[in-house]
Amino acid sequence: MIVNGYRIPMVASLLVWAVLWEIVGQLQLTILLPPLSAIVVRLFEIVPTPSFLSALWVTAYAFFIGNVIAIGVGVPLGIAMGRSVIADRLFLPWVNLFLSAPLTALVPVIMVIFGLGQTTIILTVVLFAIWIIVLDARAGVRSISPSLVEMARSFGASRFQAFTRIYLWAALPEILAGIRLGVIRAVKGVIIGQLLVSIVGFGALFKLYGSRFLMEHFWAALLVLFALAFILAESLSWLERRVDFYAASRG
Amino acid sequence: MNAPQAFPAAGHVTDTVVEVRNIDKVYGGVVKALEDITVDFPRGQLTSLLGPSGCGKTTLLKIIAGLLPASAGEVRVNGKVVSGPGPERAFVFQDFALMPWASVLKNVTFGLEMRGVGRSEREDIARRTIIKVGLEGFENRYPHELSGGMRQRVGLARALSVDADVVMMDEPFSAVDEQNRRKFQEELLTLVAKEKKTFIFVTHSIEEAVYVSDRIVLLSPRPGRIAEIIEPDINRDGDTEAIRRHPVYLDTVDAIWHSLKTYLD
Repeated sequence: MIVNGYRIPMVASLLVWAVLWEIVGQLQLTILLPPLSAIVVRLFEIVPTPSFLSALWVTAYAFFIGNVIAIGVGVPLGIAMGRSVIADRLFLPWVNLFLSAPLTALVPVIMVIFGLGQTTIILTVVLFAIWIIVLDARAGVRSISPSLVEMARSFGASRFQAFTRIYLWAALPEILAGIRLGVIRAVKGVIIGQLLVSIVGFGALFKLYGSRFLMEHFWAALLVLFALAFILAESLSWLERRVDFYAASRG
Repeated sequence: MNAPQAFPAAGHVTDTVVEVRNIDKVYGGVVKALEDITVDFPRGQLTSLLGPSGCGKTTLLKIIAGLLPASAGEVRVNGKVVSGPGPERAFVFQDFALMPWASVLKNVTFGLEMRGVGRSEREDIARRTIIKVGLEGFENRYPHELSGGMRQRVGLARALSVDADVVMMDEPFSAVDEQNRRKFQEELLTLVAKEKKTFIFVTHSIEEAVYVSDRIVLLSPRPGRIAEIIEPDINRDGDTEAIRRHPVYLDTVDAIWHSLKTYLD
């Protein structure tokens, strides 16, 4: 955006909203919306506390393990589906079903089976992240130019070499796009899981802050989560752009 | 027109490197692409497979390459029956088939790497071949930074670097612009004379086939059969420019056009 010849960065609009928030907060219209400055002060106060750090650690742990499982299972499954008609017929209906299903409704079922702990939250992360990863890896493998596969065969590549040297690389742009979308869904998964279990990590914190009407604490924790999710998504799309240059150029 | 070979490059050549015997190819049990193809490819020569679209020329090339199984008949290369791709054959693809994520050098070394050649050795060979195809200085560029013509040079370098007896080219210049195509055709003649390899060249361009080929195998469509084998009696030793004005060149182009015309609808 250019105003009076000056380039205004995109984040400038955030500043406008921050000022508006501060004004509304200072007017003390509602207890639900404290001034932004007070929230920021509170943020620096609660972030170093052991309860916040342990919530962050527990969340990061479930998030990380859940994503590793979702990627570790999802990418090979997607590649298998892209290459084998049988695997595709077998799994595609389920993948499509779960991709559009309201997954939150399934979390209580996982809770009943696996209890009120980290296992349930990790599985919720997997449940949210895996389907788009599978679908994108499948799409990536299906878009490989047939002549590239023939090329590998004609120069004597084994099945394993064709997989590691051609399939994986050729599908990489789609795989990375799937992982980025999966990781963003995993953020929802970990928070929804924790809120429903509500005795672990940020779920417990939110429940505590909410029940005691500690709105500054509540907003501060939320701001941290929003910022982390945003940074995560941005760094992944940066990574994706770095391999994108060849996605457009392939035959 | 079927006069014997008359140019010196064929002097050291006597034997047949690729023998195609009674090849049939049926797609899906119904569509007959090739019927009873029997043809020999003499060592050290460039033989074109020429015909209208649907005559199965690319299918035949891929059967020789071992990329497609034949429905009946057999292909022998250096006397051995072909059951799949082999190190004595290398392929140049119509759409170049370069790995977009790999540099020119890495693309050229791919075939050597699959053959288990060590890194420093395969990079030496690749650098020499890259110079040979005129891409010196582009070793670390990526395919998307190159023009169509340069990309096909990479594909050619990859095929030449594995030092196969037979180089198969599937309409290699059809995705290259007209000016570059002419340049390529001239360079191909030099390459055939220098490399002493057997080239099998698929094209749908009559002019291209007559310009570059020692022998032209003319295929008729639906099902693909051998219609005629032509050996244009053109001296290619001198000026590569002169060939296009050679009376035999012009007559051969004309004769092929007249026999191909009957197959068009």
